[in-house]
Amino acid sequence: MTLSFTKHTLANGLDVLLHEDHTCPIVAVNLWYHVGSKNERPGHTGFAHLFEHLMFEGSQHHDRGYFQPLQGAGATLNGSTNADRTNYWEVVPSNALELALWMESDRMGYLLPALTEAKFSNQRDVVLNERRQNYENRPYGLAPMALLSALFHDDHPYHWTTIGEVADLHAVRLDEVQAFFRRYYHPANASLALAGDIDVDDALAMARAYFEDLESGDRVDPVDAAASLTGDTRIYFEDRIELPRLYLAWLTPAMFAPGDADLDLGTDLLANGKTSRLYKRLVFDERIATDVSAAQNSREIAGYTQITATAAPGHALGKLEAAIVDEVQRLATESPTDDEMERGRVQAESQFVFRLQTVGGFGGKSDQLNAYNVFLGDPGYFDRDLDRYQSVTAASLQEAVRRYLAPSCRVTLSIVPHGRVELAAPGSQRTEVS
Amino acid sequence: MSAPDAAGLDTSPSGVARVPVVDRSRLPEPGPARPFAFPAIEKSTLPNGVRVWTVRHAQVPIISFDLLVRRGASADPPGKDGLAALTADMLDEGTGDRSAIAMHEALARLGAQFDTDIGSDATSVSVTVLARFARPALTLLADVVARPALRDDDFARVRQLRLHRLTQLRDMPGVVADRAFLKLLYGPHPYGHSPIGSESTLAAMTVDDVRAFHAAAVRPSVATLIAVGDCDHRTVVELAAEAFGDWRDGSADAATTDGAVPTAAALNIIPRPKAPQSELRIGHVAVPRDTPDYHALVLANTILGGQFVSRINLNLREDKGFTYGARTAFEFRRLPGPFVLQVSVQTTATARAIEESIGEIAGIRGPRPVTAEELALGIAALTRGYARNFETAEQIARAVMQLAMFDLPDDYFAQFVPAVSGVAAEDISRVMARHIDPARLTTLVVGDLDVVGADLGALGLGDAVVLPSDAF
Repeated sequence: MTLSFTKHTLANGLDVLLHEDHTCPIVAVNLWYHVGSKNERPGHTGFAHLFEHLMFEGSQHHDRGYFQPLQGAGATLNGSTNADRTNYWEVVPSNALELALWMESDRMGYLLPALTEAKFSNQRDVVLNERRQNYENRPYGLAPMALLSALFHDDHPYHWTTIGEVADLHAVRLDEVQAFFRRYYHPANASLALAGDIDVDDALAMARAYFEDLESGDRVDPVDAAASLTGDTRIYFEDRIELPRLYLAWLTPAMFAPGDADLDLGTDLLANGKTSRLYKRLVFDERIATDVSAAQNSREIAGYTQITATAAPGHALGKLEAAIVDEVQRLATESPTDDEMERGRVQAESQFVFRLQTVGGFGGKSDQLNAYNVFLGDPGYFDRDLDRYQSVTAASLQEAVRRYLAPSCRVTLSIVPHGRVELAAPGSQRTEVS
Repeated sequence: MSAPDAAGLDTSPSGVARVPVVDRSRLPEPGPARPFAFPAIEKSTLPNGVRVWTVRHAQVPIISFDLLVRRGASADPPGKDGLAALTADMLDEGTGDRSAIAMHEALARLGAQFDTDIGSDATSVSVTVLARFARPALTLLADVVARPALRDDDFARVRQLRLHRLTQLRDMPGVVADRAFLKLLYGPHPYGHSPIGSESTLAAMTVDDVRAFHAAAVRPSVATLIAVGDCDHRTVVELAAEAFGDWRDGSADAATTDGAVPTAAALNIIPRPKAPQSELRIGHVAVPRDTPDYHALVLANTILGGQFVSRINLNLREDKGFTYGARTAFEFRRLPGPFVLQVSVQTTATARAIEESIGEIAGIRGPRPVTAEELALGIAALTRGYARNFETAEQIARAVMQLAMFDLPDDYFAQFVPAVSGVAAEDISRVMARHIDPARLTTLVVGDLDVVGADLGALGLGDAVVLPSDAF
């Protein structure tokens, strides 16, 4: 199983990745900038994401909304920012590829002349509303703020969320936005993938024509920071909720690092779906939780594994914690069954095949090529990525669980209903979140 | 610079890449659209009445099965809101002497993606697997749909989880707004409750209710099996005959019939003290899926609130910065479905957002008819990218499901683009004037009454009716 491609690096440093698939008369244009919230500094958080919004407000040669011409050509489009990267994509009918390249290259090369204080202030309001909608006015919505700040120390670039702090968003100035653009938004810090109904020679020629003249910027140094936990950080906060929820989190290997795939399969085995050990125990048999889930959240320079469970009415979080810790320890000491390992392998194979179905959008083939290229410098990593999962053994999975999911080095976060502090895991300290 | 041709490309000898001439003084025009063949559906019917529809789509070695039953939450018997959804939730809890966990282990051994979905008019169960697992996947799907165990103990557990879920939904302002708005619009009508039902109806339900509903509503004569992927029609029909052959119609239920809808107050609020945003819903009961105005309404909605560059999103988000996003939709169903504007706005902007929203809804009916530019953009947005809805097996299966749900003709997809392209600006005003009446609009706010109350009073919509949050 492979994801075929060709890669060309233009003179200004822009990587161009091409993949042909004529299933549908559409082309995915997917552009990654290797910048995310981990490139921000304390006191200036939320910047990378706010900037992503500004990229849709027009550039020098098309100083109007970014959406109109592309939607008028039948495109669908979006962008997103996370800790490590910012991506922009259009899926266009194949006859509108040139339009999409015109638009993407114009905002890569000529954004600043069109950027005004009015656009900036409007999009800051939109982002503040995004924050209200997705975090502040949502039950358990501030959990990421509490977890990340406890997992990563103040100066670590994963200490803050991508949406940023409200005070920082209010404080940001237009000249900082301009400096940010010059530093990170240039060809040498970007990767362009074109996937779908293309002729690769024509598509490459078109990408060259639109992007090769754009001026390159300075190479961006990799962000380097170490994270460590020395004990069990036990914290809680009160929220407008009915049922308390427990989060256990551990520092784990970065994306693609040894142990990452093991923990991915290990967390599936523990808490993904009705066949998982924690679902069976907490939800099915003991009925002390209404839901449980787990994930190995691997990022570019560090990862964290998180197990989340919501208590059924009448049960305190300490009870859930004891059962979860017990199951993690059991996985560390007793080998997973052959059936569990076989299910993990076939599910990994299926998921990888499912990923080959679509050329564009978040997680489509163009996005995957860029992910492998930006994080590993190797767009052809798809089959080796699957190999990582296929070669996990019961022993290697257990080794990763023993090594990284130690009971003594973690964050234990309780979110409890207002006035029900007694439901928090024992020994937790109040933490402030906003 | 020489004038580029229509595609903005210089023609060059074959075998050499065509190099476009970059001209930043204007946007390149799209070239001619490449041809696209819509999925061809092959159809059979099993002796027990199950319709088997297949589409060959072999780009990736995957097959996607959807079993659609044309009974959904609107088939809940009176007083038993939530029964159809609870029954759907019980389907994958095992079969024969296979336990719920064992059923999911069997699915996991196939690497299956399994999902159950319930709407007002239909329930669907879907399984997507690697093509080599087609046979065992279909057998499991048949076990789930036709032969669920429906055991006492599983029922008690599943119902309890749904009651817990209802408790949690009360914390979510958007869900509170959705549930309450349906009740305001429809009252006791079959569309007046969300599929999950309510605490009181779930508490009164028994496993016998589930068994009776399953026998009456989940039966072969209202079922369609849709298979899309790396498969051929004859094989799927043979496999389906094997898997579903024993399935028989029980005592038939009746299809949902229309009922009277109440007249709700113009303005309603569910208090949520200290909420940083207000969840707004504005709309009324509108029009069924089989309206001859369907395509014109789809286009009208696209321009009004159905896309990023819609009037309402550009106004509330891009001009005012009140929200992260605003949208409108006609929810097309077999009986008249609702037209709803939904948006979450910062608390201080609540009244202004309502005023602007109602202004936009009223405007498109005539006072501010769509411009030629808006019309062209809307048509292009809906038609030029239409083919992308048929890229994956799951997308095709979902599209084909619409045909089965609403008795649409096989050439429906091929007719969509010409039908939308033929809509004129005056059609938009006409159908919106026919189906949307600003005087009938109901507005619901879930937000901080202390902060927004005075502003709401000044809207001219009458006194806001304050509704308790546990009334739904």
